[in-house]
Amino acid sequence: MKIYVCIKRVPHTAARIRTAPPGSAAVKQIQTQGVEFAMSPYDEIALAEAVKIKERAGGGEVIALSLGGEESQTILRTALAMGADSGVWLRAAAPVGLELDGFQVASAIAAFLRGRPLDLLLFGRLAADDQSSQVGVLASRLLKLPVVAGVTRIEPGEGSVRLHHLVDGRVEVVECKLPAAATAQKGLAEAPYPSIKQIMAAKKKPIEITDAVLPEPVLEVVALEPPPPRKSGKIVGEGTAAVPALVKLLREEANAL
Amino acid sequence: MNLLVFLEVSGGKVKRPALEALGEARRLAQASGGTVSVVALGTGARAAIQAARGARKAYVDESGAHSAFHLNEAAGAILAAWKASGADGILLAATSVGAELAPALAAELGTAVAADALEVSWRDNALFVKRPIYAGKAFAVVRFRKLPAIVTLRPNVFAEEPGGEPPSEVLPVTQGETDGRARVVDVVEPEVKKVDLTEADIIVSGGRGLKGPEGFSVLESFARTLGGVVGASRAVCDAGWRPHSDQVGQTGKTVSTRLYFACGISGAIQHLAGMSSSKTIVAINKDPNAPIFQVADYGIVGDLFEVVPALETEVRKLR
Repeated sequence: MKIYVCIKRVPHTAARIRTAPPGSAAVKQIQTQGVEFAMSPYDEIALAEAVKIKERAGGGEVIALSLGGEESQTILRTALAMGADSGVWLRAAAPVGLELDGFQVASAIAAFLRGRPLDLLLFGRLAADDQSSQVGVLASRLLKLPVVAGVTRIEPGEGSVRLHHLVDGRVEVVECKLPAAATAQKGLAEAPYPSIKQIMAAKKKPIEITDAVLPEPVLEVVALEPPPPRKSGKIVGEGTAAVPALVKLLREEANAL
Repeated sequence: MNLLVFLEVSGGKVKRPALEALGEARRLAQASGGTVSVVALGTGARAAIQAARGARKAYVDESGAHSAFHLNEAAGAILAAWKASGADGILLAATSVGAELAPALAAELGTAVAADALEVSWRDNALFVKRPIYAGKAFAVVRFRKLPAIVTLRPNVFAEEPGGEPPSEVLPVTQGETDGRARVVDVVEPEVKKVDLTEADIIVSGGRGLKGPEGFSVLESFARTLGGVVGASRAVCDAGWRPHSDQVGQTGKTVSTRLYFACGISGAIQHLAGMSSSKTIVAINKDPNAPIFQVADYGIVGDLFEVVPALETEVRKLR
């Protein structure tokens, strides 16, 4: 199987996110100084699953694809260390965080993949930065591939694949003819920690570089805001003795019970 | 602007998040001088759309193709309704179904999705959406530079709009050609039907303080009494105590519930990001210095295995 996995470099999920103070020039970007970046967690799951599928089948090819500026190469190297055979850098002028909308990113991916042989196209369910949760399905549909979002299990078959996902509280199993696409949900696979040997080997693996073809944006970010501060709460008390007072507050003050 | 709202039908009824989306669509249509149409799919859709008060036209496809969720067929039917309705935008609730459908529609319409909206407004002849990014560590306000717009709305954030008449015109739509490349071959219903965390009204979440998977029975019992559902922290899901679908946080689900109980959860930043937009937050933790108390409206310092059952008893007295 030839499997493409689309990955994105995002701020680490443990990172604090600061928006620029109102009135400053960079109000449409977060402050990246001191922020550690990593592969978006769902993309990591998709990649780990792709490598597992290849290993189980005893052959095949896993290609990691990332869109962005120079920094894309670091995340592609990580993917190569995790077991991808090669990388594709869809080169954009600048880092891609919130700058491009989902339609632009999906279009660039589709434009690159159109006409190329592939069996499976995998994405993370959503990116941990812009959380637009659309690029996987959008790109797949632009390529006219059958796609299932939020899959928790992938069962490759002969010329087809069975994809499990949770819909409205129940698990549905969708059988897709190949080529097919899916976005990864938690539980699909565990991301591996690459060994030093794998990291060294990754340096020798090839990365193809192509300029991304981007359409006009549909969405424009007009402002970023910090979340509204929560008013400071109160410790009602200690142990079970505080329970009646808590219930009274939830009922009378918060109107929550 | 004229809007089309996708009404997700489950168990013969329109789901509440879809009615919330309809409420917001009615307010937007009123502010911008437009009308609202709705589309519903599957068995019972025709009866269910009686709940779509304030919508002028309803498009219905009751064919068997929608007995399970077939993305291609569902998107096809919604597109047919969109063409017939002449709408400038499509609103969907950000449920598992809505989140999967929206980008499929966007691909056909050559547009992007503004996902998981917390606010939607029409001003200066354009549609603006405020939405969470970095799991709620920040919000972005985005503007659609062109129409049609596709927006998914976060459940529990928008109010239903009272009053109005059911749709006066009910029109059939069909999904068009099936390409046969994907079909649902199996549906596994859970033993106990559980409301998705993102749609839940009340969540009782547990963390490492539960000490093991069996500890969660205390929370299950309390959640049942409240009519809520159980959630969990990342540590607990990674340890296999709870399924990943229960995880609240940046790498799990971002929720805005009416009432959120955090029991034995210290409050790692990625968990706080996922739940701090809930309306009322209660924390129960042994450690008075746990970060969770900084976002909680009310806190009790103590052993959750004593406090939670006592809370359940106290709540029962109210019923």
